[in-house]
Amino acid sequence: MSAAQKYVPGEHPDLKPPLGQTGLLFWLRTNFFSSTFNVVLTLVTLYFLYLILPPMFNWLFVDSAFVADSRVHCRELGTGACWGFIEKRFGQFTYGFYPLEERWRVNLTFLLFVIATLPVLWDNMPGRRSFLWFSLVFPFVAAWLLLGGFGLETVDTDQFGGFMLTMVIGVTGIVFSLPLGILLALGRQSNLHFIRWLCTGFIEFFRGVPLITLLFVASTMLNYFLPPGTSFDLLLRVLIMVTLFSAAYIAEVVRGGLQAIPKGQHEAADAMGLKYWASMRLVVLPQALKISIPGIVNTFIGLFKDSTLVVIIGLLDPLGIGRASLSDSKWQGLSTEVYVFIALFFFACCFSMSRYSIYLENKLNTGHRN
Amino acid sequence: MNTLSKFAVSAAAAALLVANTSTAGTLDDTRAAGELKCGISTGVPGFAFTSDAGDWQGFDPAVCQAVAAAIFGDTSKVKYTTTTGKTRFTALASGEVDMLARNTTWTFSRDTDLKLDFVGVNYYDGQGFMAPADLGVGSAKELDGASVCIQTGTTTELNLADFFRVNGISYEAVPIETNDEARTNYEAGRCDVYTTDASGLAATRSSFDDPSAHVLMPEIISKEPLGPLVRHGDSEWADIVRWTLNALITAEELGVTSENVDKMATGTDNPEINRLLGSEGDLGAMIGLDKAWAWRAIKAVGNYGEIFDKYIGKDTPIGLERGLNAQWTDGGLLYSPPFR
Repeated sequence: MSAAQKYVPGEHPDLKPPLGQTGLLFWLRTNFFSSTFNVVLTLVTLYFLYLILPPMFNWLFVDSAFVADSRVHCRELGTGACWGFIEKRFGQFTYGFYPLEERWRVNLTFLLFVIATLPVLWDNMPGRRSFLWFSLVFPFVAAWLLLGGFGLETVDTDQFGGFMLTMVIGVTGIVFSLPLGILLALGRQSNLHFIRWLCTGFIEFFRGVPLITLLFVASTMLNYFLPPGTSFDLLLRVLIMVTLFSAAYIAEVVRGGLQAIPKGQHEAADAMGLKYWASMRLVVLPQALKISIPGIVNTFIGLFKDSTLVVIIGLLDPLGIGRASLSDSKWQGLSTEVYVFIALFFFACCFSMSRYSIYLENKLNTGHRN
Repeated sequence: MNTLSKFAVSAAAAALLVANTSTAGTLDDTRAAGELKCGISTGVPGFAFTSDAGDWQGFDPAVCQAVAAAIFGDTSKVKYTTTTGKTRFTALASGEVDMLARNTTWTFSRDTDLKLDFVGVNYYDGQGFMAPADLGVGSAKELDGASVCIQTGTTTELNLADFFRVNGISYEAVPIETNDEARTNYEAGRCDVYTTDASGLAATRSSFDDPSAHVLMPEIISKEPLGPLVRHGDSEWADIVRWTLNALITAEELGVTSENVDKMATGTDNPEINRLLGSEGDLGAMIGLDKAWAWRAIKAVGNYGEIFDKYIGKDTPIGLERGLNAQWTDGGLLYSPPFR
C-alpha cells in the first residue's frame, strides 16, 4: 500500500526534505559557497575577520586593565585598553558636573522617563490611559527634578554634562519637534496664505542653515539682541535651536507623508461631515504619519547624534567631558578608550530607536505595501 | 578672527556700553552673585583639566581660584564656563564670563580691536616643533617638504606660514582641530611634524609610550605670552585680576608660600611682605578688597612657583622647565611691579 492512501486528501503530513537539502551544511553551502565567486568572497572575509577580531578581542578584554589609577599604572597591567580610566570617570561621563549628593535626582528622572515613555510606545500596556496622564506631566516633573527649586536644591544648567546632557538635548528635541513639525507640515499646506508663507519661510530658513551656525547664534549672537543685563540660559537657547532645527526636518518628512494620501481620503472625511481638525486627526494624519515613520525616526536619530555638536560652543557633552578628562596629565593619551565608550552609548540609543521604528512599521502594516 | 566674529564682538561691546551705564562695577556684581564667572578652556593638558573627582584644575583655573579666594576667601566660589577658541572672546565681551584664564595669546589686535584688556602674563610660551627622532632632523629649517599637523584658527597657523616663507622652504599643512586629534594623527604618522606651543608639545610628548623617540626642535618661532584677560570698561576689575596675579608672582619672589603664609602674615622684617599680606598698610582697600586679600589667594592656591610645580613643573608628567617663566632674579621674565 502506498503512503498516500493512508491520509484523507488535503491532510497529507509534510514529508522530510530530501537528504542534503537541510541543516547547517546546506545553509552554509547555499549562503556562503554557492559559486566560485562566493567561495572566494567567503574565504577573503574570513581571513580579514581573522586578522581583525583576535587583536580587537585582546585589546578590549584580554590585555585590558579594568581598574587602574593612572595611564602608567594601566600600561603596567597590560598593553590593551585602559578601562580603569572610564571606570574612574564614569560618574563624570554620566552626570557631568552635577553635584555628587544630588545625582539621585538624575537617576530618578531617568527612571520616570522610562515609565513615561512606556505607555506612549507600547499601546497594549495595562492601565495605559492613566499612565498617559503621567507622561503629560512628566516634562514638568523632570524639569523640577533636574533644576531644583520648590524644596530641592537649585542646580544650574552649566552643571549638566555627559550622557545626561545628551539625553536632555535629545529627548527634549524629539518630544517637542514632533508636534511642532506636524503643525508646520499642516501649515505649509494650509489654504490661508499668511500661515502657509509663515510656515514655508520658517522651514526653509531652518533647513537652509547648518545646525552649528544656529548653535553659534544661540551661544554668542543672541546675547546682543536681548536687552542688556538679561541672562538667558545657554542650555535653554540650545534646546530651542535644536528643537526648531529638527522640527523643520520633521515638517518636510510629514509633508511627504501627507502628499502620499490620496485626495479621496480628504473628500471622504469631508463627506462624513468632519471638520478640518477632526478629519486630520481621524483620517489623514494616522495614515500620513504611518508612512512617515522611517523618515521621522531617521530625523530623530540624526538629531540625537547632532547633539554632540554642542561641544563646539563649550557645553560638556560626553565628547567634551572626554576632552577635559584626557587633559589630565595622569590619563593623557587614552582617547581611543573614550571614543569607543561613547560610540557604544550612541550605538545602543540609536539602534534601539531604529528597532522600535521597525516594530512600529510592522505593527501598523495594513497590507497596502504588498 | 573672521569678519563675523569681529562683528559679534563689536556688537557685544556696543551692548556693553549700554549695559555699563546701568549696572554697578563687576566686583559688586560678582559679590552679589556670590561667585566668580571665569572662562576656561575645554581642556589643555596641565593647563585645564577635570580631576577624577570631577572639578576643574590646572595652571589656568588656578588663576580663577586665586581671584575667587581674594574676593571670597573660597576657591570653590568659581563658576567655570568652558569656552572654545571660537567662543572665548564673545563670552567675555557679552558678560557671560567676567575674566578669561585660558591659554590666550596677548596680541595687539585682541587687546585693542576686540576691546579686551590683558592684565598680565602667567605663562611665556612660544611655538615649537616636534618630530620623531628617527626622522633625523635636528632643526626646523631642515623641514623642507614636511607635512605639518597644525591646529586651525589659531595664531600658530599664521606663525607657521611666516616661518616657512621667511626661510624659503615648503611644507604641507595637515589641518586638525584639537590637541588630541593632533596627537593621534602625529602618532599614526599622518604628519611628519607637529607644531603648537612648546608647552603643548611637551605635554603631548610626555603622553607617548616612548617620549625619547620624539625630539623638540631648538627653534621657537613665535612669542606667545599667555595670560588672563578682562573686557574694556571696568579698570577697577582689571586691577583686581592683575594684582592677584602679581601677588602670586611677588609671593614667590619674596619666598612666601602657602605653608609659611600664615606665619608671615603676623609680621616680618620685610616691609614689602608685610604690605603684601596686609600686616602693614592697607593695599586691599585701594582695590575694593580687605587687607588680607593676597594672603587668602596665596594661602588657597600657593605662590606662582607652587602652582607651576603642581600642574606643569618638572615633577609632573608634563615636565616643563621654568625657562622664561622663572623669576627675573633667576634669569626669567617674571617681574611683578612692587607692592607699594
